Amino acid sequence: MNLDSVRKLGQSGLDFFQRLGRGNILFINILMGIPALLPRFGLLIQQIYSVGVLSLVIIFVSGLFVGMVLGLQGYNTLVKFGAEESLGVVVALSLVRELGPVVTALLFAGRAGSALTAEIGLMKATEQLSAMEMMAVDPVRRVLAPRFLAGFISMPLLAAIFSSVGVLGGYFVGVGLLGVDEGAYWSQMQANVEYEDDILNGVIKSVVFGVVCTWIAVFEGYDAVPTSEGVSRATTRTVVHSALAVLGLDFILTALMFGET
Amino acid sequence: MMNSRTVELWVGLFVVAGFAALFMLAMQVSNLSTYSNQEGYEIEARFEDASGLKVRSPVTMAGVTLGRVTKITFDGQSFQAIVTMKIEEQYNKLPAGTSANIYTAGLLGEKYVGLLPGSAANPCEEEKLQAELEGRKPDLEGLDCKPQHLAQGSKIKLTQGSLVLEKLIAQFVSSFMDSKDKESSDSK
Repeated sequence: MNLDSVRKLGQSGLDFFQRLGRGNILFINILMGIPALLPRFGLLIQQIYSVGVLSLVIIFVSGLFVGMVLGLQGYNTLVKFGAEESLGVVVALSLVRELGPVVTALLFAGRAGSALTAEIGLMKATEQLSAMEMMAVDPVRRVLAPRFLAGFISMPLLAAIFSSVGVLGGYFVGVGLLGVDEGAYWSQMQANVEYEDDILNGVIKSVVFGVVCTWIAVFEGYDAVPTSEGVSRATTRTVVHSALAVLGLDFILTALMFGET
Repeated sequence: MMNSRTVELWVGLFVVAGFAALFMLAMQVSNLSTYSNQEGYEIEARFEDASGLKVRSPVTMAGVTLGRVTKITFDGQSFQAIVTMKIEEQYNKLPAGTSANIYTAGLLGEKYVGLLPGSAANPCEEEKLQAELEGRKPDLEGLDCKPQHLAQGSKIKLTQGSLVLEKLIAQFVSSFMDSKDKESSDSK
């Protein structure tokens, strides 16, 4: 009885490391498959459409509302110190450094990652991937690589759109509704947001999150148990693991980027 | 599935929008650029101390923003800060004797330039005053009798720079010490 639970522990540990290994091998295979994509650009375009363009609406709307809420909350706190002129800095820094990349990655995992997993998992469950292999078409190159590359390209663009829409949302609330000086909003923002330290680091974050989210999504789909239950569990895992990975990596990246100042 | 041309169009638009957002973050949100888009005229003022003033800081008169600071440079000859301000075109009747001060908005707020209207005195009126003092008839020949306004390239002569907190405290402490010294010497 006791021995059995120890065995199960060992089994789950081995499972974990096997999955990790399979994930890494898949990652390397996908990277090797990317150069072969160049002559078949249409595949990539198709995937950017389904991963990036179709996520635009949710990113746009969430960015607007996050920015507006930041404007409102920031104003209420700052006005107590008579520092409501700094609203632009608060909104822009929190969006560009943290909320832009992180919230975009979470939404991206929910909107695009889950769809990727479900699509690939279903391809596997209906043996489309096996059929491809039978026809000597490598499914990693034909199916996974374009999706991965599409996520890698779309994510930073989505994060940039999220941040700038958020800054505009904060502007509408702060300047339009609450009467913060327009020039102070922009000038304080420009004076305190550094191009290299803040904006480029935000872009780097979003690139990392994009890679991790799409990698997880693609791997979960490819590794799913080929049943309808297996696909549903893989989809759930994609969202949960992506969210955890994004939040954990965000802490590490933040500590590396903004830690020693 | 949609027509592949439509898909390509959408992807193109998406990529353009993404880069436009990045561009906006770089130019509008960060300190990469300092641009202004309003019509107006530029005036110049020299300050002993322009600390805390930034490009795009507001320029106000009577609490109303009339323009923005567009450039802050240092004059190596007089060791002063030269602040160039762009005033909106509609406010083109500011008297020539206007003075400029650097104030702070709120306790922790940013610095801004406050303009105080002065006289629109012109050489004609100066001559009249001078003549009255000297008890002679004013000689208005060849003098401009229109009121003088600030215009493109005008320089503001009367200025007062930023008040730096440390300087104020130092002043206060030294005057306080002085008065103490005085008291103690008086009591002896």
